[in-house]
Amino acid sequence: MTLLDTHIGFLEALRSAGVPVSLAEGLDAIEAVAVLSWDDRETVRTGYAATMVKRAGQRPTFDAIFDLYFPRLVGDSSARQPDDDDGAVRDGPEALEGLRDRLAEALGSGDESALQDLATEAVGRFGAMPGRGPGLSSWSAYTTMQRVSPSDLVQQIIDALVRSGLTEKEAQRGAGRRLGRFTGLVEGDARRRIAAEKGARHIADVAVRPTVETIDFTAARRSELEEMRREIYPLARRLASRLTKERHARRRGPLDFRRTVRASISTGGVPMTTHHKPKRPHRAELVVLCDVSGSVANFAQFTLLLVMALREQFSAVRAFTFVDTVHEVTEHLRPDADPGRVMADLAASSAHAALWGRTNYGRAFNTFADEYADALGPKTSLLILGDARSNYSDLAEPVLRELAARVRHAWWLNPEHPRHWGTGDSAAPTYGEIVPMVECRNLTQLGAFVHDLTAR
Amino acid sequence: MPSPWFSSPADASARLHEAGYLADADTSTTAYLAGALEKPLLVEGPAGVGKTELAKAVARATGADLVRLQCYEGLDEARALYEWNYKKQLLRIQATNESSWEQTHDDIFTDEFLLTRPLLTAIRREEPTVLLIDEVDKTDVEVEGLLLEVLSDFQVTIPELGTVSAVRRPFVVLTSNATRELSEAVKRRCLFLHLGYPDAEREREIVVSQVPGLPDKVASQLIATVARLRHLELKKAPSIAESVDWARTLIALEIDDLTEDAVAHTLGVVLKHASDHERAVQELKLARR
Repeated sequence: MTLLDTHIGFLEALRSAGVPVSLAEGLDAIEAVAVLSWDDRETVRTGYAATMVKRAGQRPTFDAIFDLYFPRLVGDSSARQPDDDDGAVRDGPEALEGLRDRLAEALGSGDESALQDLATEAVGRFGAMPGRGPGLSSWSAYTTMQRVSPSDLVQQIIDALVRSGLTEKEAQRGAGRRLGRFTGLVEGDARRRIAAEKGARHIADVAVRPTVETIDFTAARRSELEEMRREIYPLARRLASRLTKERHARRRGPLDFRRTVRASISTGGVPMTTHHKPKRPHRAELVVLCDVSGSVANFAQFTLLLVMALREQFSAVRAFTFVDTVHEVTEHLRPDADPGRVMADLAASSAHAALWGRTNYGRAFNTFADEYADALGPKTSLLILGDARSNYSDLAEPVLRELAARVRHAWWLNPEHPRHWGTGDSAAPTYGEIVPMVECRNLTQLGAFVHDLTAR
Repeated sequence: MPSPWFSSPADASARLHEAGYLADADTSTTAYLAGALEKPLLVEGPAGVGKTELAKAVARATGADLVRLQCYEGLDEARALYEWNYKKQLLRIQATNESSWEQTHDDIFTDEFLLTRPLLTAIRREEPTVLLIDEVDKTDVEVEGLLLEVLSDFQVTIPELGTVSAVRRPFVVLTSNATRELSEAVKRRCLFLHLGYPDAEREREIVVSQVPGLPDKVASQLIATVARLRHLELKKAPSIAESVDWARTLIALEIDDLTEDAVAHTLGVVLKHASDHERAVQELKLARR
């Protein structure tokens, strides 16, 4: 493959992974690498990144694809261990034990380049899978991780970290981070090897994870959930500043005659600039009613956190959680509270929201109407969060209709894909007729919805 | 033609270092590219990681002058580009009652009555110039349109005078805290650099170079603590600027050992939210005061 082919293929792969690279940016990239030297891979990476990546969130995706098209090395690691030459078996219990020892050491000391070499070696030795055709083989990060099983080493790593002066808790977190790093390296190396055999394009399409903003709440991994949680505050800040800005743009109120005339004195009585009276902002009250049963718990917590972070945009916010009975959680969501603590409090309070343990929308709406009806009024917006799966129980549509009639606006956010609405015990179509239902599966959709909600 | 700014990434790195800015490989390569391709450089990242400082360092390293446009909400053409000096024009009209209208009209739209603002100033300058457009994300969307002409063609059109093109292209640095998504058009014309928190080694070098006289032991304790704080989920993680402030505070208070007690007393320098404070105290197991 020529360099030009690689370049074009790389661009194509980036575009299909959701990094929009225009023709002109592609040309800029060529110009950039032309003035750089090709002998350092990281310099080339920087050149490409500077011209083509325009948002920090796209960088991980960019890096993964870059590694596919401009691999770190071709074939096996050249950094062979000396004991390989002694005719030792490449795969076998002894080799595995040796690798695990070296891995434990590298993880304990956090030696980045050693980890990279070990990941390459681990995939090369223990990640091979017989291919479909003769002479073909394939590589699996999963098999590698199963065989090497680095999670057994956690205690060793923690001990090493504690010895270096960290507290137990921090050591645990640090060990988790390093393991995650190693897993990432192994996955990257497996991708590289498969790409070498099947073509980078194929792998870019199937194996590169999308950016955090577009991952489903319900399908996110643990590490991704953490990353998403870190995204919540920046997201709220972005939303809030955009909202104030939009409001300011529309702010031009009636002409302020006195100020205009006074200002015209300096220009000899000619009113060069006009001054306007500010408009009074209009702010809505918000009531959030939130399903916290296991299947949607992640989604509910993210939404509650975002709404709380944005509470300045509303004149009042009240939040309720339910599984089959309703529980008010407003007091947990103080604006100065720490998000980690809030998540924990919300999880604990979901115990109060379940008397019988199974999601029952009908009963929850009934209790809400009986106990907290005073929360709703003509200035209120009502926001219901949940997948509308009610275990085939009574749906209490009249109660919901009555609740929806008492408020200014009502919306339902559903974290399921619309194609699942109405399947099984989902009452989404029924409820969707009473309250407009919106699909909300990831941070982008959540941000867009809250923006629409507050702008109304 | 060799680039008037930096001759290679290594050169950029060395000269920025001399100017007191410790750049990592990404930063120096991108700074070199911005000079070599004569493209504006958009630097994004959290507050206090040295975005503005980078522009100043480029100016110092290359001996150029810095023209700064601080963006804010409500910034308009008159503040960014140019403005006519109305008062002076009125005076001229009143002072020359006899001359004809054509004569006066030609007279009052000349260079003499033009007040140049940062963007026009940077373009008209003949000496090497670094143009810093600070916190672009604070402006309204309309201002971005105004920047486009400047950023892509390095020219400004003044209806009464015609188009003013750059005599010498400035080195343009735009900074943004990413509170707002910038328009595709602006991003398209810029090189992009994301500045994040540095690794421990580089941060240590930065702090030591900024705060001379900081004992080695305190420096390592400080860097370690800041790193631990950044791993907590805080609303506002401490930035490089705050580590430097902290180091200065420790010197001023003559603290030569960063004990838990000392951390607890000076934590206000690095953490700016009550809830962050609480969290840090809890996680670092500091004695409550």
